[in-house]
Amino acid sequence: MTAVAVSRGWTPWLLAGPALLLFVGIVLVPLAMTVLLSFHDWGQYKGIEPVLILKNWREIIDDSYFHEMFARTLRISVLVTLIAALLGAPEAYILNRMKNPWKGIFLLVILGPLLISVVARTLGWALLFGGETGVVNKALLELGVIEAPLPFMFTETGIVVALSHVLMPFMVLSVWAALQRLDPQVENAATALGASHFTVLRRIVLPQVMPGVLSGGIIVFALAASAFATPAIIGGRRLKVAATLAYDEFLNTLNWPLGAAVAVLLLVALIVIIVGCNRLVERRYAQVFQ
Amino acid sequence: MSFLVLEGLTKRFGDQAAVDSLDLVVEQGEFVSLLGPSGCGKTTTLQMIAGFVEPTSGSILLDGRDLLAIKPSQRGLGIVFQSYALFPHMTAAENVAFGLEMQGVPRAERSQRVSETLALVGLAALADRYPRRMSGGQQQRVALARALVIRPRILLLDEPLSNLDAKLREEMQIELRQIQRTVGTTTILVTHDQAEAMALSDRIVVMNKGRVEQIGRPHEAYEKPASAFVAGFLGKTNVLPAAVEQRNGAAVASIGDGSWPLPAEASGRVTVSVRPEKIAFIDQADCSLAGTVRTRIFQGNHWLYQIDTACGLVTVIRQNAGEMMPAEGAAVRLTWRPQDMTVSPAGQDGRI
Repeated sequence: MTAVAVSRGWTPWLLAGPALLLFVGIVLVPLAMTVLLSFHDWGQYKGIEPVLILKNWREIIDDSYFHEMFARTLRISVLVTLIAALLGAPEAYILNRMKNPWKGIFLLVILGPLLISVVARTLGWALLFGGETGVVNKALLELGVIEAPLPFMFTETGIVVALSHVLMPFMVLSVWAALQRLDPQVENAATALGASHFTVLRRIVLPQVMPGVLSGGIIVFALAASAFATPAIIGGRRLKVAATLAYDEFLNTLNWPLGAAVAVLLLVALIVIIVGCNRLVERRYAQVFQ
Repeated sequence: MSFLVLEGLTKRFGDQAAVDSLDLVVEQGEFVSLLGPSGCGKTTTLQMIAGFVEPTSGSILLDGRDLLAIKPSQRGLGIVFQSYALFPHMTAAENVAFGLEMQGVPRAERSQRVSETLALVGLAALADRYPRRMSGGQQQRVALARALVIRPRILLLDEPLSNLDAKLREEMQIELRQIQRTVGTTTILVTHDQAEAMALSDRIVVMNKGRVEQIGRPHEAYEKPASAFVAGFLGKTNVLPAAVEQRNGAAVASIGDGSWPLPAEASGRVTVSVRPEKIAFIDQADCSLAGTVRTRIFQGNHWLYQIDTACGLVTVIRQNAGEMMPAEGAAVRLTWRPQDMTVSPAGQDGRI
């Protein structure tokens, strides 16, 4: 082998080196440390003890408190994903059929929220529906439509509604991208063959944008399951999800090992679900879209 | 009775008339081509027949019924799109079956008709293949089968061969013509390729800027073009300026140093177009034009000449008959028969 060939073999590593180092340094090492931390012991008076035991994991597996927490996280994420798909996909389709300049204006309206902090957007919901002082509740109460304020704060419904709103743009963008790849003549072709408008949507458009809906679903699901700010503001400490639970263990109870175990479990569960779904999508559509 | 009648069909986009009062009568079983450069309104015409574009005014009658009153999905027309517009998530057979499904054809009959039609276009073996895994020619056949299987009253073809390479296009032209003869469906083809239009159609409608320039049989339109535009668009032509004067009671056109008796009525300054293959070399004659050979290209079965004359560059095509031909730089005289000239008013440029 010549010197040139050797240096060629190393070139990719050298080029990727800086990024690789950064990745190892700030992602892999802390992650490994968190995993390690989840096996350590912790006591109110002794603090963290660097031993390898399964105490935290056993606690999560045995205690129904944690089961409820993870079940709630899963329930919320699934609901948010479904709502985002049911509303976001038609939204993207309608948007795609609009003419300029409306198309641009409404695209901005839909994507605009991404420019605003999640905290600000969630607080907006709290201002609208929070207790008796929320604007919408107040109006409805005074109009006599309702007798008690609609429960929103500290409810799962509240979290689902606010998260769906926060994560909707990701679904719209993903479906939008899929729609761009659609041959506009395909709808005409189906119409000419005698299909009604609804049939065209169901049999021709939907199957073709399904990969977009599914990949949007994966993004929304992942973000919903690991969301912190929205559940923290709407759910508070009364209605915890996995992410806020981990936060509380770290910063309030100071039981870092237990918090680490919760965080690692959330991560593993997410990876299993997402990789599983992705496999399913790829196998289902490989033949058609390769 | 006439099968398809377009009457005063007009489509305006703002001030621009994409199609300007088009009249066309198509008989049952006929193969008609709408031919013209891009932007001449041929595709808009097709889309108005299909129902994807609403005409500004005018009427379309199919078999005596007003087609414009019928929804696009109920017109029962077969359409082959330029992009083929196949359903990518369905196999070839599913694509072809879709139209029958929409018509509510029972399953058994459906699968029989699908396999019959796929066999007709020569794709029986690829029924279970997805479009992405087919070549352009194969996709084109699926699109054709999908349009034919519903036994359409009219088959509309929107530049169906323009995405294929030259060799495949020629093969598909022959096949398309054979299939159309076999099933006997009235067909309207939109194309910008004059060779394709001439090879396939019973009649050609030459369009320019939203208007019909000429409707006629391919041979007729080629030999007797109605305008300099048609002469220039259908095949190659030479456009020469001429002055018409009366001599002994007959009109005579002076072109360069030669003069020709005129076959048609004309006067003053006119434009004459002559096809390159109609021009011959001659030693000395009245009806001839002097020139010098600028370039000579040998193309196997014929020679292609560019001749410098007083009227500009003239293209001449001569059959390779195994004779000695004038070399580059040689002084020659060009001649053609009076009936080979198409005369149009001056200023009307026939070139595209």
